Amino acid sequence: MACVSPDGKPTESGTKMLRALQTGLKSPEEIAKNTGLPLFRVRSGLRELTQAGLADQKEDSYTLSEKGAGLIK
Amino acid sequence: MEEIKEQVGHMPRIGELAPAFEAVTTHGVLKLEDFKGSWLILFSHPADFTPVCTTEFIAFSEIHPELQKRGVELLGLSVDSVSSHIAWARNVEEKTKVKIPFPIIADLNKEVSLAYGMIHPGQSKTETVRCVFIIDPNQKIRTILYYPLTTGRNMDEILRIIDALQTTDKNGVATPANWRPGDKVVVPPPNTQEMAEERLKQGYECVDWYLCKKKL
Repeated sequence: MACVSPDGKPTESGTKMLRALQTGLKSPEEIAKNTGLPLFRVRSGLRELTQAGLADQKEDSYTLSEKGAGLIK
Repeated sequence: MEEIKEQVGHMPRIGELAPAFEAVTTHGVLKLEDFKGSWLILFSHPADFTPVCTTEFIAFSEIHPELQKRGVELLGLSVDSVSSHIAWARNVEEKTKVKIPFPIIADLNKEVSLAYGMIHPGQSKTETVRCVFIIDPNQKIRTILYYPLTTGRNMDEILRIIDALQTTDKNGVATPANWRPGDKVVVPPPNTQEMAEERLKQGYECVDWYLCKKKL
């Protein structure tokens, strides 16, 4: 996985995306702009972060989950 | 006959929606829909750690910044494992100092290769030929190029096609043979006799009513 390591911890790009979510609900486009990551990477990364329980999806936007917030303290 | 059909798979055509996929890549699991809103060049190569493919990957990496300026993403593919792709990309960087900045699909089960008609059994039953699919932001196939195993691709032509397609979309024009950005473009031919008569009075550079050019 590109954004979450096999041990469940976010990778460097995963951490970047989680940090971008710290300030509230964001769309993939906003996260791409904030992190400098390509939009396709952000979309696939958000899928991984959501599946790993580190981010939550709300319609077309994403927010940090409690578990995700705990990992980037 | 059935066996050959099975090896070839579907042959997509220009104007069709690009076949959807979900694939393991060097940048994680990617879906075609992840690229929605961007232009995408999906290209296949026969195998990792082979000479012509290595020169092509270096060349694709070199035009990557130019492609980014035009809103184009690159996605490579071959019937190799993700470990092989990673090892090859690392080797290319170590030996040539060129970093491969784009993802590469590890299409071991040939799912994507077959969906895009990238296996040509007359060339190889196990490797993909050198295909280029240019897919627009609406995920429609706009250009297909096929090269044989022995011929490396021309990056200038790929950039030229992107420029031509984007110029066509932006201005509703066509581009003549050997067109380059800045050259005159072709005005679409008139559909009626009345329009044909008017065309010659519109100040375009015309050879005749059906072939008129203009500067953008």
